[in-house]
Amino acid sequence: MSTTYITTGENKSSKQRALISRILSYVFLIFVSFLALFPLYILIINSTRTGNEIAGGFTLIPGGAIVDNFTAAWSDPNMVLWRGLLNSLFVAAVSSVLSVYFSAMTAYGIHVYDFKGKNVAFKFILLIMTIPTQVAAVGFVALVRQINLNNTYWPLIIPAIAAPATFFYMKQYMESTLPLEVIEAARVDGSNEFKTFNIIALPMMKPAMAVQLIFAFTASWNNYFTPMLILDKADLRTLPIMINTLRGNIASGNATALGRIYMTMLIAILPVVIVYICVSKHIVQGVALGAVKG
Amino acid sequence: MNKKHKSVSYAKWGLIFIAPFFIVYIVCSLYPLISTFVYSFMDYRVQDGQIIGPALAQTGGETDVFKNYIWLFTPNDAGHIRILDYLWNTVIMWLMGAIPQLVFSLLLAVIFTSARLRIKGQRFFKSVIYLPNIIMAAAFAMLFFTLFSPNGPINQIFYSREELLDGKGIQFFSNVWTARGLVALINFLMWFGNTTILLMAGIMGIDQSLFEAASIDGATSFQVFRKITIPLLMPIMVYVAITSLIGGLQMFDVPQVLTNGDPDNTTKTLIMFLNDFLGNNKNYGRAGAISVITFIITGIFSIIVYKTMASKPDKPKKAKKAVRGVS
Repeated sequence: MSTTYITTGENKSSKQRALISRILSYVFLIFVSFLALFPLYILIINSTRTGNEIAGGFTLIPGGAIVDNFTAAWSDPNMVLWRGLLNSLFVAAVSSVLSVYFSAMTAYGIHVYDFKGKNVAFKFILLIMTIPTQVAAVGFVALVRQINLNNTYWPLIIPAIAAPATFFYMKQYMESTLPLEVIEAARVDGSNEFKTFNIIALPMMKPAMAVQLIFAFTASWNNYFTPMLILDKADLRTLPIMINTLRGNIASGNATALGRIYMTMLIAILPVVIVYICVSKHIVQGVALGAVKG
Repeated sequence: MNKKHKSVSYAKWGLIFIAPFFIVYIVCSLYPLISTFVYSFMDYRVQDGQIIGPALAQTGGETDVFKNYIWLFTPNDAGHIRILDYLWNTVIMWLMGAIPQLVFSLLLAVIFTSARLRIKGQRFFKSVIYLPNIIMAAAFAMLFFTLFSPNGPINQIFYSREELLDGKGIQFFSNVWTARGLVALINFLMWFGNTTILLMAGIMGIDQSLFEAASIDGATSFQVFRKITIPLLMPIMVYVAITSLIGGLQMFDVPQVLTNGDPDNTTKTLIMFLNDFLGNNKNYGRAGAISVITFIITGIFSIIVYKTMASKPDKPKKAKKAVRGVS
């Protein structure tokens, strides 16, 4: 009887409802974006203000002490910042390159070749992905000390060769982008196996390698636990260990040091943030891809 | 296939290519993992610069392999079994961050993937909410330490205005729940973007025709969410929950830098406890026992999460499928 009436009425109100839910959605998105950006924003603003300004409270406008703070942070005698940057850069660069190269190599070995125990090897890697790394820390630290490699970068770099999650991503990517015919063709042309991997397969893996390189670099750059256990010489310290030493400065309530402290933290995170801003699209896709496949 | 015939001669290359991974894994992870278990039954510590052990644990000249475990579960002077306290701290701080995180992420994932809402600027929003994840946890925690410290800017606001809290401010790191809350807040901020992207990928993997069919049938958004999105998203939600739990039980950087366990060890986590025995006073035996317990707890909790999340919605679905199959 009143069917038509109700439908049109529903249509109208459902349109209205759709509009309201769109508006609410955007409000919510802006709110969470604010949550995500606020800490970084405050860090940037405060690193441009003097200690007394910072102690006085918040503001959204940058101050004029950026150069002073930078000079103070850069020339802090208790914390040689350029040294920390170089140490972190070295460890993160080497370990991320090793991680990506050898993960691709392992994935290639399992993707391309048929051999006895291949399935066992693959399942084994999937299994170890679920083991939390820190439960082996005791044995790892003991081993490193037994062979006198504490206070070297070897224990931070070498384990990167066996990165199960990176391997898994590479393996999934190879399945969709690396046809075995290409490898056969290279063999017919007389390419040896290593050459085929390095010259033919790796370039085809570039997008996956770039994403994983950034993930591995970031993970290493931000890693606090392992370096803290391995390194106790001041010269060798990486940035996260240095950051932790700021705690004493803050707790002591020395206001003049605040600008320098914020600047130090900003310098520590900025390299990764800049890279992220440049390639965030690929990173987000990379996370999603890992999820679908995983 | 003749491919198989060809690949036989290349078999050794497969082993050569995977060899570095396995050699490094065995030396750097598997051997340490096994030795961690072995040390948990041993006396192995550094005392006054002298290394004692490794040798089977002894008490008064008698072999006592469970010594480290017994020590771990013996109440201290205050009557506390510390490992249980620290486990509780870890779990409660994980839950305080993970539950809001799941709610926010689910909501965001639905908003981003909704065909009705057609949100513009998705790439921007996704990049922004993922950003905190790449920031060094130590720096993130240190930033919050400066902001919320007794003489930090947040308390300056309270001090300068008598009408707020009588100008007394909040001692965030002297109060159990504000300290735990801040640890949870940082974990939440760092991980909700990541969870959102994982859940979105899950929703986009759901057969779109189901959503279309539901909207033709006149289902409301909420009905679609409850009857289609949630059940079909369960596998990926279980995955998210378990990875979050495994990460949560390993919580270290944030509370270590932010609270250092304050107040009174109420924000101290299992791994911070482990770290006590790897620092200046090394005791690999006790540290090993803590690791083994952590390992077992992680396994048990993962199974619980898996069972509670996976089994319940699974049964009716299977039943439905069976019915459909019959008809």
